Amino acid sequence: MTPHTYPCPLSAGGSVDEYALGFDRGRKERLLVIPALFDEANRMRRFTVEVMRRLDGAGIDCFLPDLPGCNESPQDLALLEPEDWATAMHAAARHFGASKVLAIRGGGLILPPAISGWHYAPVKGANLLKTMLRARVLAAREAGVTESIDGLAAEGLELGLDLAGYPLSGEMLRQLQGLAPAPRAGITVIAHELVGGSPLWLRAEPDEDPIQADALAAVIAMGALA
Amino acid sequence: MTASIDHKLRRVLADVLGLKPGQSDAFTKDTGLFGHLPELDSMAVAGLLTELEDRFDIVIDEDEVDGELLETYGALLAFVKAKREAA
Repeated sequence: MTPHTYPCPLSAGGSVDEYALGFDRGRKERLLVIPALFDEANRMRRFTVEVMRRLDGAGIDCFLPDLPGCNESPQDLALLEPEDWATAMHAAARHFGASKVLAIRGGGLILPPAISGWHYAPVKGANLLKTMLRARVLAAREAGVTESIDGLAAEGLELGLDLAGYPLSGEMLRQLQGLAPAPRAGITVIAHELVGGSPLWLRAEPDEDPIQADALAAVIAMGALA
Repeated sequence: MTASIDHKLRRVLADVLGLKPGQSDAFTKDTGLFGHLPELDSMAVAGLLTELEDRFDIVIDEDEVDGELLETYGALLAFVKAKREAA
């Protein structure tokens, strides 16, 4: 596993290098892995990399790009929208010569066009948003401040909003609210039930589960090498 | 239906708390939940509420969520049952 970079196009023109974690041995099968979004990304990070380790062992190159504005990205998240993430994933797919894609959870909302692969445990953007809004309302209440989900959502569309520690623009919130995983030819949905165990994105603390990583990697490896 | 609500609610809590299969079977009405489990911060509680809405097909208003609701397993179970009956 080594750090790589990919050129991420900027909306103002030009590009900036973003990091990606990669297992690259120049093999035929090359998988782009799109991470879960926001707080789920943290809870799913180890699981995601564990799946990649298994796929590397099975003979598949894998790449996990940073989303612009997240992790080590030099870009300001507050200026970005989901469309920028989709553009970045498209650029990463091309740069790494991806033959297939695996999107985790909300990562399936920013799939590059015309690539086949898998979407594990799809989720609506509206659900991600509601959970983060709710967490903020609950935290504020503990601090003695009264906020409401509807009030915050309306204010956020105008001025942007800090949710789960992420500064999100009004445009980011607006697009997220409307994004939902749509059935797409070539993208196979892997429901969590197939992987089994209790879902790692729900955990109160980041956790891992080798059995779940085995299961997801097996599904991908069988499909990719078939 | 009542028995299955109980079963499903134990399952959701096991998922959020990362309990082993069967471990939440030992919950009684008086088993303490959130005051007793420091790892459940607001993000985890928010995730739990969204998951409850999804799995039980209910809508939970923020005004309904207070310390009492999440104090014991019995209180949460009664809340979900009442929501399902009203649904």
